[in-house]
Amino acid sequence: MSETVSIVIVSHSKDIAKGTADMVRQMVGSEVKVAFCGGNPDGGLGTNVSLIMEAINDAWSAKGVAILVDLGGAETNSEMAVEMLEPERRKMVVVCNAPIVEGAVMAATEAAGGSSLEQVRAVAEELTAG
Amino acid sequence: MTLQPDTFKSLVKVAAEQVIASAGELTALDQAIGDGDHGTNMKRGFEAVLGKLDTISTQPLDEALKTIGKTLVMTVGGASGPLYGSFFLAAGEAMAGKTLPEDLADVFGSGVNAVSARGRSHVGEKTMLDVLVPVLETLKADVGRADLIERVRTTASEAVERTVPMQATKGRASFLGARSIGHVDPGARSSCVLVHAVCSTLEARP
Repeated sequence: MSETVSIVIVSHSKDIAKGTADMVRQMVGSEVKVAFCGGNPDGGLGTNVSLIMEAINDAWSAKGVAILVDLGGAETNSEMAVEMLEPERRKMVVVCNAPIVEGAVMAATEAAGGSSLEQVRAVAEELTAG
Repeated sequence: MTLQPDTFKSLVKVAAEQVIASAGELTALDQAIGDGDHGTNMKRGFEAVLGKLDTISTQPLDEALKTIGKTLVMTVGGASGPLYGSFFLAAGEAMAGKTLPEDLADVFGSGVNAVSARGRSHVGEKTMLDVLVPVLETLKADVGRADLIERVRTTASEAVERTVPMQATKGRASFLGARSIGHVDPGARSSCVLVHAVCSTLEARP
């Protein structure tokens, strides 16, 4: 099986992140690696750089990782997490400007076809361009 | 003014304690125009900084600032973690090879630029930058003046009040549109708490 771009889902709520990952798995199947995280360092609603880094490393693919986020802090913390990765991994991770559920499903569908990281991101971000 | 290690230690300690003591106020401000977690997030972050105080106080200043930054990034949880974290990481980066107080504006300015880049935000958007940028301008204009500390304190207080009539265009508060007008910005307030803590410590331990 050839490797595909992986998907990481970052929500303020672990339940939303998990639910989104479940939808991706059901709709796209398991050939695309999906990791998710949610919650602040105390387990409440929020996001958390170290959990995001963990999710990126868990889902790691040589073809790259596309991150889907919900609100403000999830994006800021995801960008921070990317910057704290090992230098050679940083350029292979993108934070998509797309709605979290639709973006994750569209990105994973595109990734399943063997598309590049840039193609995966573009498909997810088309949703925002409307 | 040369910054002695014990002075830096009390700077960090007092700043952290002041933020922790302001958690209730910061959360109340954030409940009005944000998601109501700024106080608890900042408290968690600065409690973690206090937990590392012994390490921080033995490190060279540039490393100590980076340790503070990294700790905030890893523990705060909201958008303010990367924002304040980036401030201290960039200030630490800029501190290498510099001396205080001569290069204070330079080092502080590097931190402010990092916040602006991280948040893709500028002054006038009802954020912490609306305190940090005026403080930077005072540092640049008044460095070397005997009343610098008092001027910085006043600048920060006045800058917080100026966020009240502003309409937020960044962060969660921007969802409120015009309804964000009439409230103090919580990030501006927490920046002011930090700046005031530094001012008080330097007055007490010149």
